[in-house]
Amino acid sequence: MVNSGYFGEFGGRYVPETLMSALTELEEAYERHVNDRGFKEELRYYLEQYVGRPTPLYYAEKLTRHLDGAKIYLKREDLNHTGAHKINNCLGQVLLAKRMGKKRIIAETGAGQHGVATATAAALLDFECDVFMGEEDARRQALNVFRMELLGARVIRVKSGTKTLKDATNEALRNWVATVENTHYVIGSVVGPHPYPSMVRDFQSIIGEEAKQQILRMEDRLPDYLIACVGGGSNSMGLFYPFKDQEEVQMIGVEAAGKGIETGRHAAPLTAGSKGVLHGALSYVLQDDDGQILPAHSVSAGLDYPGVGPEHSYFKESGRARYTAVTDEEALEAFKLLSRLEGIIPALESAHAVAYACKLAPELEKDKIIIICLSGRGDKDVQEVSFLMGGGAGE
Amino acid sequence: MNRIDGVFAVLRKKGKKALIPYVACGDPDIKFTEKLVSVLADSGADMVELGIPYSDPVADGPTIQKASVRALKGGVTLENIFALAGRLRKKVDIPLIIMTYYNPVYVMGAENFVKKAAAAGVDGLIIPDLPLEEAYQLKTLADNNGINLIFLVAPTSTKERIQKISHVARGFIYCVSVAGVTGARQKVSNSLEGFLNRIRTQTSLPLVVGFGISSPDTAQKAAQHADGVIVGSALIERIEKNINDSRHALKTASDFIRELKKAIANCKLQKSCRN
Repeated sequence: MVNSGYFGEFGGRYVPETLMSALTELEEAYERHVNDRGFKEELRYYLEQYVGRPTPLYYAEKLTRHLDGAKIYLKREDLNHTGAHKINNCLGQVLLAKRMGKKRIIAETGAGQHGVATATAAALLDFECDVFMGEEDARRQALNVFRMELLGARVIRVKSGTKTLKDATNEALRNWVATVENTHYVIGSVVGPHPYPSMVRDFQSIIGEEAKQQILRMEDRLPDYLIACVGGGSNSMGLFYPFKDQEEVQMIGVEAAGKGIETGRHAAPLTAGSKGVLHGALSYVLQDDDGQILPAHSVSAGLDYPGVGPEHSYFKESGRARYTAVTDEEALEAFKLLSRLEGIIPALESAHAVAYACKLAPELEKDKIIIICLSGRGDKDVQEVSFLMGGGAGE
Repeated sequence: MNRIDGVFAVLRKKGKKALIPYVACGDPDIKFTEKLVSVLADSGADMVELGIPYSDPVADGPTIQKASVRALKGGVTLENIFALAGRLRKKVDIPLIIMTYYNPVYVMGAENFVKKAAAAGVDGLIIPDLPLEEAYQLKTLADNNGINLIFLVAPTSTKERIQKISHVARGFIYCVSVAGVTGARQKVSNSLEGFLNRIRTQTSLPLVVGFGISSPDTAQKAAQHADGVIVGSALIERIEKNINDSRHALKTASDFIRELKKAIANCKLQKSCRN
């Protein structure tokens, strides 16, 4: 299965012919450099000295006591430079782009986290950088637009379609088709055509590798549950993948149920979608009977996406991971709870994982162990949450 | 014989080039598309591409994106489009080619899709996001149902890829004139001739140039080196301007096709056309 580009029936390369040579070039470059000593050393250097890895695995004692069940650990990806796990992947890809001789990088972004991380890597490693962002998202996340611009990136506001992440990705793909000779497209999640899902997974696997070592050191055993939110699915895949062969470790991906699965206003393709092709890969998507992609909804911009990485679809089908969904309201409650109990304001995305842990932990024996991937910090969300709380969040 | 192959055989004998307009089905409604295709056929179109509007058209520029949005807002469905193709088949003789992104095909089921297309009298299928490597199942289905699965070749395609694509392609090769998305462009790339020559060495199939054909001038320049041209966005722009006046829109479309037809009739004969 390694690098064939498919995970069972999922994955593949459903892209215009113009991109095929670039994807082959990328695949070859990735395979050549991923095990190259110099590349690995350079990436490790930046992850340690620049990003601040390894991130702590923090025992959330007060949350554990509050829920009165399983022991909860938080993998603190929120403590990374730029505030989320996204930088792990961006540095890997931009270092690779440098070795491929590319001069310019582009990226799509929803809330702006991946855009900021890409702009950061571009500033550090001297690349010209264009970030595609839906007009609606750019308006909601004006501060992140300014951040990217401070870092020297150009933010291109996408006015087509839903004016959010899905259409920003379409526009980035269109731009890449026209600039592929000198440009590398830094896709921000385990989505897109091969080799992106495998490559992004590998760059994010450091989350699970560290967590594994840390839990063995702290508890002298593997955890019983891994819980992470799933939009495209990069932080969850990063946590899950290094544990995939340890069958005793249960893996749970938490999608965004938005206003509720039954309302149709959600972002939960694995929970309530069907198989289809979006952004170059076969996976689960939200679509109508004619295969037209439907808009997603989530309070969290990072999860507001109608597709998901193909390897998650494979994990769902094989039963290796389980997928569930929590609503906007539940995520907001968890957002507040973690802030108050632990003094950690989580990203709204990560709050979905916390929300599910709040349901699961009380049902488990006290000797069980849960690791939650706290994929990002919530600074970017406080304004939105304050607005939602003032305007009657949870109604 | 597949109608597409038939048309090219006749054109080659006459030393003529094919003019292939693209229409966005259901823009702004199916009735208009039905009239439009008849008018295009009467005005000299040699074949027509029936574009299935899609929510996420990543190979398309702004003009076709907007047309897709209008068509989807108008409520067009796959069922409508197959019914339209069936009606058109009875009205016009020219080949009908469906252009669609892959997801609608996948969701309907490739076999189901191809059979419905064949039953409606469709002659060819173009899927811009289905490269060779993903196309084998559909290729077999298309072959078995008498439909030409038409492949695209891009300026970035390597010699090896062109060779492989030529091997499985039917009908014609869709030569993407520029690395980019669809949309009218001011001029034809200087490298077009070299690009087409690279493909000629690999195949005897007709070469049809698409992406960027915007005017009689660009059509003529492209047709000098090719066996046909596809015009999409430039036609849709003319329709868009008259979107609320269907009679005028049809007249404008007809005039444009006649101009293009005249322009490509004047271009020199290519080597490949002489045999």
